[in-house]
Formats: sequence, C-alpha cells, structure tokens
Amino acid sequence: MKKVLTVLALGLSLSVTYAGGYRVSLQGQKSLAMGHTGVAVINSSESVFFNPASLVYLEDKLNISAGVSGVFSNIAYQNSDTGDFVRSDSPMGTPLYLYASYKATDWLSVGLGVYTPYGSEVKYEDDWVGSHLVNNIDLKAIYIQPTVSVKLSDMWSVGGGPIYVIGSVNFNRNLNRTLTDLDGNRSNVTVDATGITNWGWVASTLFTPAKNFHIGATYRSEIIMEADNGDATFQNIPDSPLTPFKDTSFKATLPLPAELTLGMSYTAMDKWTFAFDYNRAFWDVYKSLDIDFADPNIPDSNNPRNYKNSSIYRFGVQYDIAKMFTLRTGYYFDESPVQKGYFAPETPRNDSNNYTAGVTVNIGDHLQIDASFLYSHFKEVNASYDHYKESGKPVPFGGTYKTNAFVPGLGVTYKL
Amino acid sequence: MKTFFRYSFALLVVGLVSCDPEFDSPVTDSGYFSHGTADFSKYVAVGNSLTAGYANGALYITGQENSYPNIMAQQFAFVGGGEFRQPLMNDNMGGLLINGAMLPGFPNRYVLSAKPDGSSPSPKRLEGTPTTDVANHLSGPFNNMGVPGAKSYHLGVEGYGNIAGLATNPPAANPYFVRFASSDNATVIGDAVAQSPSFFTLWIGNNDILSYATSGGSGVDQTGNLDPRSYGGNDITDPNVFASVYSSQVDALTANGAKGALINIPEVTSIPYFTTVPVNAIPLDANTAAGLNAQFGAYNSQILPVMVQMGVITPAEAAFRKINFAAGQNFPITRDKELTDLTNILQGPPFNLPAQTATLLGQLRQVNGDDLIVLPASTVIGSMPDPTNPLVVVGVSIPLGDEYVLSKAEQDRVTAASTAYNATIQALAGAKGLAFVDVRSQLARLADGGIPFDGGMLTSQFVTGGVFSLDGVHPTPRGYAFTANLIIKAINRTYDATIPTVNVGNYGTINFNGTY
Repeated sequence: MKKVLTVLALGLSLSVTYAGGYRVSLQGQKSLAMGHTGVAVINSSESVFFNPASLVYLEDKLNISAGVSGVFSNIAYQNSDTGDFVRSDSPMGTPLYLYASYKATDWLSVGLGVYTPYGSEVKYEDDWVGSHLVNNIDLKAIYIQPTVSVKLSDMWSVGGGPIYVIGSVNFNRNLNRTLTDLDGNRSNVTVDATGITNWGWVASTLFTPAKNFHIGATYRSEIIMEADNGDATFQNIPDSPLTPFKDTSFKATLPLPAELTLGMSYTAMDKWTFAFDYNRAFWDVYKSLDIDFADPNIPDSNNPRNYKNSSIYRFGVQYDIAKMFTLRTGYYFDESPVQKGYFAPETPRNDSNNYTAGVTVNIGDHLQIDASFLYSHFKEVNASYDHYKESGKPVPFGGTYKTNAFVPGLGVTYKL
Repeated sequence: MKTFFRYSFALLVVGLVSCDPEFDSPVTDSGYFSHGTADFSKYVAVGNSLTAGYANGALYITGQENSYPNIMAQQFAFVGGGEFRQPLMNDNMGGLLINGAMLPGFPNRYVLSAKPDGSSPSPKRLEGTPTTDVANHLSGPFNNMGVPGAKSYHLGVEGYGNIAGLATNPPAANPYFVRFASSDNATVIGDAVAQSPSFFTLWIGNNDILSYATSGGSGVDQTGNLDPRSYGGNDITDPNVFASVYSSQVDALTANGAKGALINIPEVTSIPYFTTVPVNAIPLDANTAAGLNAQFGAYNSQILPVMVQMGVITPAEAAFRKINFAAGQNFPITRDKELTDLTNILQGPPFNLPAQTATLLGQLRQVNGDDLIVLPASTVIGSMPDPTNPLVVVGVSIPLGDEYVLSKAEQDRVTAASTAYNATIQALAGAKGLAFVDVRSQLARLADGGIPFDGGMLTSQFVTGGVFSLDGVHPTPRGYAFTANLIIKAINRTYDATIPTVNVGNYGTINFNGTY
C-alpha cells in the first residue's frame, strides 16, 4: 500500500471511482482516468453517459466505446472491545459499458448506451459477527439508454433520452443474532429477485462560450426498482411451530437515486485539458430498505437507511503526450450519503478520497485502447448501525471499519 | 515506453497484492491485548457440568462449543492462548449409550416443544436414539476437564473413569469421565495436572450442595462426617472435607507456578429450578376451600393439640403443621420427613385412626412462603393420580412428596455449607494470588432484577430470562458467555491483563423443536 501511495505522489497515474452508497462510478475508462469527469468534455462516445448533448460535436461519424473494470473492493472490520475481526471476501465486480453514437446530420446525433451505474457486491464470511445485518449482497442494475443529441448552435446543444433499467438483487443474512437449528446452524434468509425493470430518463446540455471552454449539465432521473414477486428462502429454521419462517415471496423497493452533474472543461495549448465536475446525488430518497414477506405470519423486515443527499467533487487532467499516447489523471472527493448511526456493513462507505489515472494508446486512426486505474481510499472510521432491533429495542452494531477499492479497467474506442 | 508499461504493470501487481486495508492498530496484532502477568499458552479448565458446557439436562456438541472455558479460550487466543481441546460428544442429542444400549439416567437434552398450533410451549426431552457411546474411548489430553456430576472429592478418586465402575451399585465411576480418562485408575485432577497447564480455572463444589437441594433435601447433611466414601449421592459434603480436597487440588494445579482463577458457588435460590414453581400454586374457590378446611378440621383442632398435650410435639410444631385453605391461591399440603412422625401414634388411642389416614397425617403440613418448590413439581402439583376420582389431587387431598419441597431448614443447611465452601475458595485465592470470581453475587443480581445487556435484560427467569437452559440449573450459551466475561474480568484485574470480553447478545438461549 505504501508503494502505491508513493507512486501516486510521484504523479503517475492513479484514480478511483467507487462512490458512496451503491453507486459505482465506472462509466468510461477515459473519463474515469480523469477522476470520472466528463460532463463538459468532448472526447468520445462515453458522452452518452456523461453528457448526451456533447455527442453532436464529436468529429467522427461513428463512435463506439466499450470497456470493463475489475473492482477489487475490500472491507476490514474490527471491534476493540471483543476482538472481533473480519475481512470481507467480496468477489471481483466487473461493471461494463458500451456506447455508440452516429452523426446523422450536422445538427443531430443518435446514440445508444448500456452501462451499470448502480450495484454492490459484498460478501462476508457466513455467520460473522454482523451476519444479522448481512452475510452477502449482490445488487445489479443495467441501464439501457437510447439517446439523441441536437446542436442548437455552435455554442449550445441539448441531448437526452429514455432509460430502461433491468435489475436484480440477491441478499442473504441471518434472521437475528442467535436463532439456530438443533445443530447450531444459524437461521438465515435469502431474498432473490431478478428481471426487475423500470423506466427513467436523462437530459443534458452543453455550452461552448469559447472554442476551448465548455460548460455542461446532466440530470439523470431517479428510478425506483420494485421487486414484487421475489423469492424468500429460509434456511436452518428450527422445526417448531414457535418459529413462523417458511419459504415465501416478498416485495421490496430499492431506489436508484437521481444525479445532477455540473461541470466545465478547458483546453490549453492544444495538448492540455482540465476538467471539473460536481455531482449531486439525491440519496434522500433512500429512507428504508423494507422487505414485505407475503406470508402474513412472517414479520416484515424494516431497515432504516435515511441516506442524505451527497456531493462529489471531481478533477481531471488530460495530456496528449504524443500522437500515439494520451495520459490522464484525476482526483475526486466522494461524500458519503450515510448518516451517523446508519453505517450498515452492506455498504460501509464513509467519505473517500479517490485517485485515478490512465492512458490511451492510438492504434492507427480508428482504434484506441483505453486503460485506467482507480484507487479509493477510505479513512478508518468508528461507526455503527443503530437501527437493528431485538424485541423492539435497538441493538447497535458498531466497530471500526477500513475499506478501500482498486479498480483497473480496460476499454476500446473505435472511430470512423 | 517499454519502461512505462513495465512500471505500470508493476504498479498494478503491487496494488492488487497489497490491497487489504490495514487498521492503524489492528486487534490481531500481538500486543494489542495484554496477557499481563499470566501465561495463557496452556489453559486447562477443571470442574463439573458447568465447566463441561452441560445444558438442557444433557451434554452435547453445541453446548460444549459454548462452554465458558471454550469461550474464554477463544478470547485467550488474542493474548497467546493455544489450542483448546474438548472431549466432544458425538451428537447434539446428548443422551448416553453404553455398548449400544441406553445408559439409564442419561437421556437426551430438553428442547422447547409446543402444541401444533404453537400454544403451550413446554420443555420436552428430544426424541431419538443418541449416538455417544461411553465405551468409545477418546484419546486426550483434553483442556476441558469438566466432568458433569462430579463433586469436589470425586476429582481425586481413582477409578472415577473406569468403565467397570458404571456397573456397580451405586456406580463408582462417572460415564462422562469414562469417555476420556487417561487410564482406568486415572483421576480428574491427575489428568489435568499432567498437562502442565500454564493457566487453569477451577469451579467445583456446586454438586456438593446442589444434589441435596434439587432432591428437595432427600439426602443427609454430612457436616461432621469426614469420610466422603460413606456419603450418598444427595448428601451435603462436609465443609472440612471440601476445604481439604479443594486446597489439595489448588496445590496440585499451582505446583508448577501456574496462574489461575477460582470460581465460587452460587446460592441455589438464584436458579430457576427453585424459583419457577410458585409456593402457592393451588387455586381454590370459597366452597372448595371451606370443604377442605372441614376435612382437616379435626387434624387442626383435635389431633395437633392432643399431640402437644401428650408431649409428642411442641406447640411450635403444632402451629407449623396446621392446614388452612382460603379462596384464591393456596399452598399445597406436603409430607415433610423432618416432622415428628405421628403415623403409629395416631393408629392407637385416643384416635385409633385407620392406617391410611394415619399415614396421610403422619408428617403432614402445609407449604409456606419460606419453602422452595422444585421445577419437576410443576407437572405434579394439581395432578390427579386416580383418573376415576377427581377428589384425589396432589397438593390438596394427597400431600406433595418431600422430594419436591426444599424447606427452610434444608435451605439453611445448603446455605451454611456453601458459605463455608466459598470462604475456603476466597481465602485460597487470596493466599495463592489467584483470581477470585464471585459468581454467587452476580447470579444473585440476575435473580433480583437482572443485569442489562445490549439486547435487553438478563434475568434468571425460566425460559425467557436468557441465562438458564430448560433444566433450570445449567446456563444457556448466553449464560455461559456471561460467566466467561465474569471470569475474564477477574483475570484482567488480578493479572493486569486486557483480555477482551465477548458480547453476550451474540450467544443463543433456548432451542425450539418439535411438537407434543
């Protein structure tokens, strides 16, 4: 770790985008390498996500970008009163993106984006000390976004489109801190829902007050994912009429919050580009994770979250070092939406500092290889989740958390 | 540019292999928690059922995993503690077999069963054939030397683990020790000392009073009798015998300089076995009460005064023996073997009672508020042994057996003995510089209001209090965790250590299973 930090200090390329809550900011290797800025950068079809209004200013007729990241996220938990210690065992996440834009006329471009801005995959050792809150969770949401981009003048364009989301969730936790079957196996429940769909939209605009200066804004709507016939599977339940748990279906809703981005970019001496983005994520829609079991004998599970709206401040630099190479680096500060007393181990995110870097290699006139790397650093934090209840009495779960994430990414860009 | 790629790749590799977040001060670092002046590398626990992890009227694997020594050993691991081996049972049923047949007196564990609609939850023995055969010998040594049923003087008895001793009457051996004794003539304390523990706990003496108490005082108070070989199973051990064997055990365990903790003996009134069944469990209406008073009128107003006049009983005993019912909750009648037996006298003049009536009245009294009624009486009081005669009701028309009632006099004997044992334990701990664990006062707090924990209140309430298992005597995993914390705190105080305690809320209570 020290070595990595040293390298960072030397100004080589590192950057991270792993945002608060279950937002995963990995929507393009070029942008990620610049601190995941891009609302005012005209560069590639990554603008389908960052700012559809920019697409119409792309020079090439056809622009395609695709990429994948490997998310290595790590959580360590300890409690200095009891000596409890655990490291998460989360598998590598692999968020993907694919963007294409086509310049239909001088003033109109059309595009399509497929990307995964929300998701979470966390796995702890089964029956760990916080297993009554989560053993493992895998949350996925795939956004599919047809897009138009319209040039109103050389200085002003607008863009946007509908978003179709396909989501799934798989969540396992123990029913409480102590219930077991006769052999001591902890009673637990898995809720699983796939094929959850809903619609949303995105709208954006771009101003170009000077040739080398752009200002952009993008708003992506909130989308509420409603699972209404998921499977709830109960395991290791005592064989007794005193326990009501039987397999059933469940209903739950999970919000994918709206996000507003404002930003600007400035190009200097042809080779240097500086970008700044401000994100406001409207997390206050996430009040509570409520699981409503169909079987009336099974008590519903209410898990207050009470997230607050949060901001992210992003900075990025690009340097065209040679015809063949472009270097990028960036930084962003990601404010956690989690409030004091609501720090749940399923998304244990406090404020983070994120360092990004990347390189693009031009192979001929049409093809680019985009590589990026993100390192997310979370300060060690003493925190607790105070809203788990036993017999109506809150039982806080607290300790010290330390998390980080390493995200190497690779992409290709094709231009024609 | 090649160099650039080489560095990038190196960077990536460094990043991915060193990516585990590190705490500024990890609890897993040696030295984060301190062992103080004690050495926990070899911990041996010596004791009885409480040390073994016995619960719900049986010994079984998950109970053993939650024994207080095993919980403590896991915390000792933070301060240099080593492996902790236990003589695990073969299953989670708990009963014992001998050469494939059920060993009488060692049934399966209790579970909380209920009617199919979930009503009337009640402790029931788990059905099924157990698989732990005492003839299958385990090879030790074992760090947990807890032997259910052992009294203080049993720990030094040669042959206590000899399977042949199970066939004698009374048995000369203990089936739990038979499973893992190092040889036929091994002693519990010998097998413990042979492991050269660097740290030990000793919790023994509970059974020296407990079997007397749980049997309603059926045994004999042997105070004054210094030969334990002549004791019966339900007797109270002489305090001097206790002091002698206990101090020799402490001497043996500390001979190589080992540090340790000595744990004292709780008061029986702290445990739900004696506090769950109310002393006045008989509900009566005014008519029934009046009818009963009429039946016992002659006993109260003629027999008892005449017996006083004849000098057979004292006026105080006469008053103590009077029967009186009233509308509402009533004390049951009982046969108290410590009362003067009038059976023969009543069959002679002046009363010339028939033998059956004379036997009924011979040692008759009514339970009072100073008595304790034991848990097994819950299914006996108010029962009707003769289904054809609804007038024959235990506690009302026929006396509750002496074995169900622990009288004030019997309680006083138990208290006197346990007070003496505890004085010995505390004095030895002080003299030897060992940690002293006052479980007695803590269990008294559980019985008197309770002790808060993060999930509510720990109390000694049966079934719901969280501390005691369904046998009413032995703790639940949560109760054992509570005990482990008491011992850890005493160790930390005595040896200047900082061993972390556990969160008792993470430990379970009672198990639900099945219907009846």
